[in-house]
Amino acid sequence: MTTEVLVQLRDVVKEFPVQSSAAFGGRSERLQAVAGVSLELRRGETLGLVGETGCGKSTLARCVVRLLEPSAGQVLFDGHDISTASHAELGPYRRRMQMIFQDPYGSLNPRRRVGSIIGDPFEIHGIGPAGQRRRKVQDLMALVGLNPEHYNRFPADFSGGQRQRIGIARAIALRPELIVCDEPVSALDVSIQAQILNLLDELQDELGLTYLFISHDLSVVRHVSDRVAVMYLGRIAEVAPSAALYERARHPYTRALLSSVPAFDPDERRAHASVLLTGDPPSPLDPPRGCRFHPRCPRAQARCAAEVPQLIPRAGDGPEHTTACHFPLADGETMSTDAARSVTA
Amino acid sequence: MTASPGAAPLLEVHDLAVSFKTPDGVLEAVRGVSFGLARGRTLGIVGESGSGKSVTTQSMVGLTRGARITGQALFEGRDLLALPAAELRAVRGRGIAMIFQSPLSSLHPLYTIGWQIAEMIRAHEPVSTAQARARAVELLGHVGIPRPERRVDDYPHQYSGGMLQRAMIAMAIALNPRILVADEPTTALDVTVQSQILRLLRRLQEEFGTAIIMITHDLGVIAETADDVLVMYAGRAMEQAPRESLLRMPRHPYTQGLLRSRPRLDAIGGRLVPIPGQPPSLIAPPRGCPFQERCEWSIDRCSSTPPPLADVAGDRAAHRSACWLPERGDAP
Repeated sequence: MTTEVLVQLRDVVKEFPVQSSAAFGGRSERLQAVAGVSLELRRGETLGLVGETGCGKSTLARCVVRLLEPSAGQVLFDGHDISTASHAELGPYRRRMQMIFQDPYGSLNPRRRVGSIIGDPFEIHGIGPAGQRRRKVQDLMALVGLNPEHYNRFPADFSGGQRQRIGIARAIALRPELIVCDEPVSALDVSIQAQILNLLDELQDELGLTYLFISHDLSVVRHVSDRVAVMYLGRIAEVAPSAALYERARHPYTRALLSSVPAFDPDERRAHASVLLTGDPPSPLDPPRGCRFHPRCPRAQARCAAEVPQLIPRAGDGPEHTTACHFPLADGETMSTDAARSVTA
Repeated sequence: MTASPGAAPLLEVHDLAVSFKTPDGVLEAVRGVSFGLARGRTLGIVGESGSGKSVTTQSMVGLTRGARITGQALFEGRDLLALPAAELRAVRGRGIAMIFQSPLSSLHPLYTIGWQIAEMIRAHEPVSTAQARARAVELLGHVGIPRPERRVDDYPHQYSGGMLQRAMIAMAIALNPRILVADEPTTALDVTVQSQILRLLRRLQEEFGTAIIMITHDLGVIAETADDVLVMYAGRAMEQAPRESLLRMPRHPYTQGLLRSRPRLDAIGGRLVPIPGQPPSLIAPPRGCPFQERCEWSIDRCSSTPPPLADVAGDRAAHRSACWLPERGDAP
């Protein structure tokens, strides 16, 4: 891994128009799914992006590969701003970045043969004579652990894990530099999940890939990531090297997320001990002012409602560990759960 | 079995087998599963897609239409599999209630939450509309819905995923059932909401003494909630043990493989150890042990004769494993 930056996000914002129903006045509102995110992806690393449903992580990922055009801010890919590039200008960058999706059933056309699905990128980008494509596709199939003789089969003939391999083969066909993995193993059974995670790991070593790895599963993210970014309601709450984040989380939201993961202790059913967040995240249509986490935060004070915290190193951390919190947790400090206890089960 | 000392099992399942006719042949979803459940206990059934973990409980309460079911499911002494439809309907709700993974598909989108809970109560009890509604408000408050007297008139789309699952739990406990079957109740939820829901279930269990069958693919959820664990694979029970014994000393190679293949929050790096291959087809499944093809320890005997679920030698806990090599003790 080098420190060379492959993707630089600067204050990326993505808004969607929302038409509220006539019963509520019929006015149109703007939903800010991503509310000013700055991040960098370094060549050869895996950056994990975690957060709960609706936090904007998938929208952000789609802005990175320009499946969506950001409403504001910049996306620099290898130094070039692609955030407002036209279709034609994007062409050369498209093949350098690819995406793998969660649903290995929905992302493959059931009526097309697997060989031609995997060969699509060659076709679209006009690479190599058609006669050679079959061999190239079969090489790819072997690389991701599929039997090349199954070239003429249909997606329905493959299991979930094998279909995810098909999606991966298609994504690496043009030897991209960046792959955005959006919940790539969430739909798979545990024993198959490990096969796919190992495959992604091997391909990264072999092809020097950079991954943006999105997941709601904190154990999976810890396993695959060099660095992890935690997202809450459109903003980044904390970014740190994987080990530091899991051992010294500064942001109360990060701490709460980590403590919600079922413990794996044979001696103790921990259902009582965890730091609990009450309720659900607020609506992104009407986000809280100041720190967006403050209404649910057990440490919130007046300042949190007034002032947006900057994503900067806190509590003596180095430049690698940044936290957007006015009152970050110190090493070993525990978080009061009294507020949580009084409300929830 | 799983009953605690002195308590007669509330539910005793003997040699349950469930199969379905499909165009490709007979699909054997559950192949001879036995377990027991005592009052106030939680049995975790863990398995991957197609292991038969959901079909097992659905077949007991008549939710598997068109299935061929054999065996016995004794609930308070009565065999559920032999009950006429009308009596089974009375058992559903009052005796055994269920909550599912996707609350949105279990609720009607065009009726209010409160109406649906009240209607369910009125279907089983002779109460007035007003009384049933008051009960609905009380139940919603009980499962942690804020301002239940207002939210009772909301439609399902006005609730978040976590609130919907709370509403489903309210409906499930409305008639104070003896057994609550929770089929992947938190799989569709975020972790912070998952921990709230698991905690709610625990609290309700302590309060009402409800027995819970927790069906999940997630060993973490099992570790967090279960007293006893049944590990299923390809329609068979592979291992059965108290939670602590199972997590500390898993005996079956499949359980060991499952535990090894999951990434952990407290360990970094290195390659995971996946289980090679994939589960067998349930149409004409292999004759012997269903796990033999993926098992690094398999011997000739494994492919000819299915190993019975038998006590593990030397383990004082009620620990049983369906493997010809149970004495091999190298835990992951």
